[in-house]
Amino acid sequence: MTSSDPLRDPARCKELLVQIEESVKGSSLRFMEVCGTHTVALFRSGVHSLLPKSVVHLTGPGCPVCVTHESEVAAYLELAGRSGVIIATFGDLMRVPGPGGASLKKAHAEGARVEVVYSPFDALAIARDNPGDKVVFLGIGFETTTPTVAATVRIARQEGLSNFLVMPFHKLVPPALDALLSDPDMAVEGFMLPGHVSAIIGMEPYRPLAERYHVPAVVAGFEPVDLLQAILLMTEMKRQGKPKVINNYKRVVADEGNPKARAIVAEVYKPVDALWRGIGTIPGSGLGFTDAYRAFDAFEVLGVELKASKPLPGCRCGEVLKGIMRPDECPLFGKACTPAQPVGPCMVSTEGSCAAYFKYQLDLNTDR
Amino acid sequence: MSDKILLDQGSGGLASHRLVADVFFKHLGNPILNRMDDAALINVSGPLAVSTDSFTVDPIFFPGGDIGSLAVHGTVNDVAMLGAKPLYLTCGFIIEEGFAMADLERIVASMGLAAKKAKVRIVAGDTKVVPRGTADKIFINTTGIGQVVANPAPSGHRARPGDAVIISGTLGDHGLTVLSHRQGLSFEAPVQSDCASLNHLTLKLIEALPKVHVLRDPTRGGLATSLNEIAQQSSVGIVLDEPAIPVSDVVRAGCEILGLDPLYLANEGKLICVLPEKYAQQALTIMRRDPLGRQARVIGSVVADRPGKVVLRTGMGGHRMLGMLEGEQLPRIC
Ligand code: SF4
Repeated sequence: MTSSDPLRDPARCKELLVQIEESVKGSSLRFMEVCGTHTVALFRSGVHSLLPKSVVHLTGPGCPVCVTHESEVAAYLELAGRSGVIIATFGDLMRVPGPGGASLKKAHAEGARVEVVYSPFDALAIARDNPGDKVVFLGIGFETTTPTVAATVRIARQEGLSNFLVMPFHKLVPPALDALLSDPDMAVEGFMLPGHVSAIIGMEPYRPLAERYHVPAVVAGFEPVDLLQAILLMTEMKRQGKPKVINNYKRVVADEGNPKARAIVAEVYKPVDALWRGIGTIPGSGLGFTDAYRAFDAFEVLGVELKASKPLPGCRCGEVLKGIMRPDECPLFGKACTPAQPVGPCMVSTEGSCAAYFKYQLDLNTDR
Repeated sequence: MSDKILLDQGSGGLASHRLVADVFFKHLGNPILNRMDDAALINVSGPLAVSTDSFTVDPIFFPGGDIGSLAVHGTVNDVAMLGAKPLYLTCGFIIEEGFAMADLERIVASMGLAAKKAKVRIVAGDTKVVPRGTADKIFINTTGIGQVVANPAPSGHRARPGDAVIISGTLGDHGLTVLSHRQGLSFEAPVQSDCASLNHLTLKLIEALPKVHVLRDPTRGGLATSLNEIAQQSSVGIVLDEPAIPVSDVVRAGCEILGLDPLYLANEGKLICVLPEKYAQQALTIMRRDPLGRQARVIGSVVADRPGKVVLRTGMGGHRMLGMLEGEQLPRIC
């Protein structure tokens, strides 16, 4: 599947690999990508298999499915199967295991009305077509997906559609980075920052990374050259002891982000504390409806509550998401936990770190 | 005749007879079918290949084909991959009450045409009509019978280290077409299913090259899944060269938008051919002379390392596993 794209040019990639090797000589570094799409891109392009052994690339909390808290999963599963309720969701959530092995896929087989959609607008269309039912869209995702959901809610309000509801499970990246860096167990020496999220929020929210925590960070694209350039920039900043936050994805990410998208989100949502799987509550890291849009909050309208629920026994998602543990170091990895029989969501989601290791890594434990 | 399918048209009574005569015989008729006995009398000898498949595709009409032509191509191809010459098909229809008669006729006509092109005869059939809501529009089952001409017959167990892996053309066209139409998505350039019968091409291959070890059509689960099956059946490793794998620009772009991998998307008119490296060039020449194999390429090789696994060598020289598909491919979330 060749492409004449200079961002995939094998010769340029080789050059960058040599430079990285030079730059890390004598030291070993632990970097983390914050975005699930980066995790997959690193494996799919083969970058993971080519990095020098002294550069460890960890997967972070960047897959929205993986960070969806078990009590959030329990909450939407409680709705699935209620009469008069249609759940509309992105496909990734279908197989996420909930309490007692429940999942949307199983609920669907048992008769719950669950529709996989490609966009929240599709969920709106379902609401228009089924005026007698409540259509609940599961709003999970980071800053990238939220503006579209907010726009959909706004259209629903303009149209006076009162049967379209959202479960706001949205999460915000900067507060999570802050929480990670404040954790004394955390041992990450550089962040590959998410390209798509940054296109919305811009560079400003990342400033504390370098200023307060002295950690280098690079906003990166998803092609092999993008990935390698970001890694090289991090190793160079480490070597020189000059941590900065660099936008190396200028063709997509403007330093000021996308103010229009942020305005739509700010009209519909306000920051609230949110629960992250394996991490716990992070202040101001989620979004709840503003008063003007409360009528679209599935929690309020349908009387659902987040109830404390036990973490999945044995699952080490929290340590994986914090970069303390590599997925293949989890005792259940590849044994009790596989994509066919997932214990945790990290093994389910297409962008989940455990799934990526399981799927792409050649020889677990030895080929790194 | 009513313009919608009615329940009594599947009852076996007069209404069924009229449907059979007016629609099925009109498009599928041949001396064996037309006898209208309880079973078809066919004459075959020697080793036979038999395959059956049920078709439940949604949407039932898509660019490049429909459920009818697919039901012929799919089963013809399965039989052909065993090194056999497909001769006869049977078909069973399950139709939802209220289905448009014009659509049924269109589907049956398209089956007739596909069968004619593949040079197979539809010799027996069955029609059931089920109450509205108990089936989704129309389901078709086809069973194919073919005479095995290759000796030994190609099989998934016969891949050996030193073999070359060839694909007859671009990947993912059918899967992306069906998926994008189901979701009502359209891309800048149109995508079209590759749906076609490959039996004439496989026959040319096995006649010229009895050394063909494996033939397989990478349908559901795509190239990645088929190669994993072969690697496991033969206890060999397969190394693929990613830049060599043909994917059209439209499919590549569509997959990027949807977060799908073309190597896991279904194909309905492509074949994988595994044979000793020294015959690879000959196989390519034969394939490229056929319209269905114009873009044939060697995409990898069979090795003794990592038995049961498929490894992809990426454009920049890295390696990764290419595993089986787990569940369905679903569009990504961010
Ligand atoms: S391997 Fe499975 S159990 Fe272990 S952390 Fe990953 S998802 Fe959880």
